[in-house]
Amino acid sequence: MSDVKPGQDGGAQEQARPAPAPPAPSSTDGGSPKISAKERMKIPRQKMPEQDAGERSRNFKEVNLGFTAELARMEALRCIQCPKPLCVAGCPVSVQIRDFIQSVAEGDFAGAARLIKIDNVLPAICGRVCPQESQCEAVCTVGKKNDPVAIGRLERFVADYERDNRLQQVMDLPAPTGKKVGIVGSGPAGLTCAADLIRMGHAVTVFEALHELGGVLVYGIPEFRLPKEIVHAEIDGLRQLGVEFVTNAVIGLTDTVDELLQNGYDAIFIGVGAGLPYFLDIPGENLVGIYSANEFLTRVNLMRAYNPTSDTPVFRVQGKDVAVFGGGNTAMDAVRTSKRLGARRAMILYRRSEAEMPARIEEVHHAKEEGVEFHTLITPLEFVGDESGWLKSVRCLRNELGEPDSSGRRRPVPVKGSEHDIPIEMAVIAVGNGSNPIIRQTTPGLEFTKRGTIVADPETGKTTRPGLFAGGDIVTGGATVILAMGAGRRAAKSIDEYLKSGTW
Amino acid sequence: MFDIVDAQFLAPDVKRFRIRAPKIAARRLPGQFVIVRVHAQGERIPLTIASSDVNEGTVTLVVQGIGRTTKQLNELETGQAVHDVVGPLGRPGEVHKVGTVVVIGGGVGAAIAYPTAVAHHEIGNQVVTILGGRTRDLVILEDEMRAVSDEMIITTDDGSLGRKGLVVDPLKERLESGWRPNLVMAVGPIPMMRAVAEATRPYGIETIASLNPIMVDGTGMCGGCRASVGGKTVFVCVDGPEFDAHQVDFGLLALRNKTYFMQEKESLERFESKIASEPHRCALDKMLEEK
Repeated sequence: MSDVKPGQDGGAQEQARPAPAPPAPSSTDGGSPKISAKERMKIPRQKMPEQDAGERSRNFKEVNLGFTAELARMEALRCIQCPKPLCVAGCPVSVQIRDFIQSVAEGDFAGAARLIKIDNVLPAICGRVCPQESQCEAVCTVGKKNDPVAIGRLERFVADYERDNRLQQVMDLPAPTGKKVGIVGSGPAGLTCAADLIRMGHAVTVFEALHELGGVLVYGIPEFRLPKEIVHAEIDGLRQLGVEFVTNAVIGLTDTVDELLQNGYDAIFIGVGAGLPYFLDIPGENLVGIYSANEFLTRVNLMRAYNPTSDTPVFRVQGKDVAVFGGGNTAMDAVRTSKRLGARRAMILYRRSEAEMPARIEEVHHAKEEGVEFHTLITPLEFVGDESGWLKSVRCLRNELGEPDSSGRRRPVPVKGSEHDIPIEMAVIAVGNGSNPIIRQTTPGLEFTKRGTIVADPETGKTTRPGLFAGGDIVTGGATVILAMGAGRRAAKSIDEYLKSGTW
Repeated sequence: MFDIVDAQFLAPDVKRFRIRAPKIAARRLPGQFVIVRVHAQGERIPLTIASSDVNEGTVTLVVQGIGRTTKQLNELETGQAVHDVVGPLGRPGEVHKVGTVVVIGGGVGAAIAYPTAVAHHEIGNQVVTILGGRTRDLVILEDEMRAVSDEMIITTDDGSLGRKGLVVDPLKERLESGWRPNLVMAVGPIPMMRAVAEATRPYGIETIASLNPIMVDGTGMCGGCRASVGGKTVFVCVDGPEFDAHQVDFGLLALRNKTYFMQEKESLERFESKIASEPHRCALDKMLEEK
């Protein structure tokens, strides 16, 4: 295939280096390959094949194509099998990384999948969207002298291999405990919590406000980064385990949390996400052509507006100029989406410098390859409309970096007299989310912070009301998929303890 | 799927549906709405709940076929079903005993105004209803409204029913002659709600409008429905849909509602040409295709 670029990784963090011809994986199928540590260290980090940038910037197919079995085994050989694996400690859900990589090296991909699934029920998703470079891979011992082992790519390969070859094993469930748990929200926190609880023998029902399951995984993260089919497959797995799903259920409005408790649910986990977009709070923000990232991505992803004949429309950007405000992963998703919809210029406008961007390095790198322009150290002042009220340009100031602020990042300081207009016809605001008010307005006795997030113990997910647990973005504010999954997992453990002991 | 228990045209292009959704029926309050998806690939559209029957477990929606989705919905008959109904969404309207309340429903807005009129009637307010439409056929729910109103005024643009003119005309006249109701509720097209707001503003009469912006999720997640009220941005789906009409920037609402004007027009054309071409499809071709 011409659109695949195999070979060494030239990614932003992984400089290509001259390497001797790596030793071939052992021919002893299934056996442990005999290879010295020195030889392992000589193998370069394997690059994951991906769609050609020019090609992919015009389609919504997945950018990364995944390791082949050969690439996966080669990459797995780079792992030096530390006696005390730091990577496991670096993973928010403590996946047995070293051991599953050993299985991959041995060619036992199904065994690797079983090992991962002990701790992570959604590996095909995490392998794609986790920020491994700041978690497991950041602490990888190999990474101290060399590029770290590509743990995320291996996880993704193993999960895809298992699914594509229909090797998923139906897990044995313990005898039913007779307890019933309601889970509010079918995003990463809720799905993880559901998966753990059903495997502990509890009955689980997941309530979703939208018509489709998956939360941010289907409305937010684009198809080219996380195909919906993957999310659906993971959810189907949970359904087969016995998890019940109810769509079109806005808890707080369709049923209240208290009604669920009265109607036989012994505990409730609230994982509704952040879900109330922030805007920039500058003049002109309601002009036609200005979206929140949530709305733009929901229209394109969940409602399939990337198909021009979809019933749900999206602003037509073909040949037009688009600015996305923000520097996180959502901003990258939005700007790359606008490029795929045919924008002439697709720009990131960010108030700090590129070094401070919270987006994953891989996402920034991919966006640049696809022709996205990065304009940093810019503060927007005002959106300007044409005579009929449609967005025409954004007035901006240039910034300089000043002293570090409370976040430890250098504060952007506007330069006086640097006002300038950037012509744009569409803008997407991707500066984070506040907290959705529906649960707050309808659940008496549940305590919230000033920011509107639920007060919950980070270790147990316990809220201020017995029987109610919470985790994910509704507790932390906007964060990552894996952190939400970690919260869902910890809450499941403490829900299980609560249901067994009956004490809060 | 949500079953359609009953579907009747009230006027050309205006259809009333009773849809089975027991939870929503039991819980909904005046002013709240649902989001409906007609079919599995459909868009999400907000529709205000006109009434509900708790025993039957149904909600009543009145739909004006304007765009593709509403026309598609209006093709459905009793016994068929819609794919998704979610709600009740939005904050209920506040109903207090205040004295005299004027409920104004323009066109299909009558269906949205109806539950408010019922609530004010039940709490013991004097209800003066003004219903209007372009022409006699488009004045809907006349009997239902009359049953909960102490006084009823009907206007049509062409004078085919009631007095000739706009719904705001009788209100204006009475205000000019010294009448001072305690509350005015306006539901209908944006120009009508704006006209009512301007009519009551000089007299400082509390006036509420029910806003109808474009929405996607209807739960506060997307911000597509934002409007400007008193110079502040609000999300109509979670902060509304009812707001102080004197504070609403109706011009902005009208502008934002035109965002997808071209796409909506094309989508409707595609839909209508599909309908038009369907009867002409040769049965023989169909059979050949199936083989």
